[in-house]
Amino acid sequence: MSDQVILRVAVKIIVPMILLYALYVQFHGDFGPGGGFQAGVIFAAGIILYGLVFGLRRAQKVFPTWVARLMAASGVLLYAGVGIASLLLGGRYLDYSVLAHDPHHGQHYGILLVELGVMITVCGVMITIFYFFAARGRETL
Amino acid sequence: MELFINFTLLALLAVTALGVLHVTNLFAAVMLAGIYSFLSAGLFTVMDAVDVAFTEAAVGAGISTVLMLATLALVGSKVTTPEFRIESISVKGRSRRPLLPIVVVVFTGGILAYGTLDMPGYGDPDNPVHQHVAPHYLEESGHEIGIPNVVTSVLASYRGYDTMGETTVVFTAAVGVMILLSALRRRDSYGEEAWGDEVIDDMDVGFKDAFGETMDPGLAGPEREGPEGGGG
Repeated sequence: MSDQVILRVAVKIIVPMILLYALYVQFHGDFGPGGGFQAGVIFAAGIILYGLVFGLRRAQKVFPTWVARLMAASGVLLYAGVGIASLLLGGRYLDYSVLAHDPHHGQHYGILLVELGVMITVCGVMITIFYFFAARGRETL
Repeated sequence: MELFINFTLLALLAVTALGVLHVTNLFAAVMLAGIYSFLSAGLFTVMDAVDVAFTEAAVGAGISTVLMLATLALVGSKVTTPEFRIESISVKGRSRRPLLPIVVVVFTGGILAYGTLDMPGYGDPDNPVHQHVAPHYLEESGHEIGIPNVVTSVLASYRGYDTMGETTVVFTAAVGVMILLSALRRRDSYGEEAWGDEVIDDMDVGFKDAFGETMDPGLAGPEREGPEGGGG
């Protein structure tokens, strides 16, 4: 699809907005609808849109496969790590109140980190799956 | 007005579902499935479940459609086997075959509709689901967690353990897809040898094989050792 000028120009304008919107959804999730899962999917959708229009090879230059796979694993690790950290600080598993002196702040930090872990994993997983599908069909896609 | 919107959306949902059944072009079916997801998202929005609507629009209409299209790019978008078409089934088995499925469907639908008679009314504040922990979440979460969005409080803090399980499920799904697709690919290229004794080595070769041709050597080479070394 990379010979379509309108698509190429439009995607170049839209993709940064999609990525920015994903970050907004992520960090505004405490106040409005949204959160790690949606943000991860939206971020991945931005990369996938880029890959659909400019081809798999260029998408993998922007967002290498090993980064996607590293993200898929490290998000879960971050989530579980927050639980371990709260264990080490004397609380129960995933009890964020002990993460800071003020329980409210601890909850804020915990939720922020945990949602970040969800976003990283979901984003990495979606991009990995897309790369695998696209790599199999690259003769025709 | 809300009732009117609900009925319109539900009617459009039914029309879209019937449309998916009737079109023989798989590309059109995938597009209709995307429309179905968007209509569901609209329905969730009317029900005030904005977070669910968000997810449905992003995952159901966005990612699923892209993955379906990627699959269609592999298998083609025409239904070529006549057995998959409903009208040909009715031509072949004129006596019973179209009758049995519709009986099963109507019976199951009737049972389900009968089951809904025992369910409490939608949105009734006296429903059991609103009597258990929901009042505590609604009244105390701002005080206990300190975050305005109750959905986030429940998802990430009260039910943080469940969400960790869900994240692990997503990760496991990706691992499963990677193993499946790379194993299939290896069998395509090398015949039966893919299922040899050293499965792990085979999978590793499969990964390299899947990416080696599509990625630049510089990206595929030393850097892809990074995550494996760090993870191990």
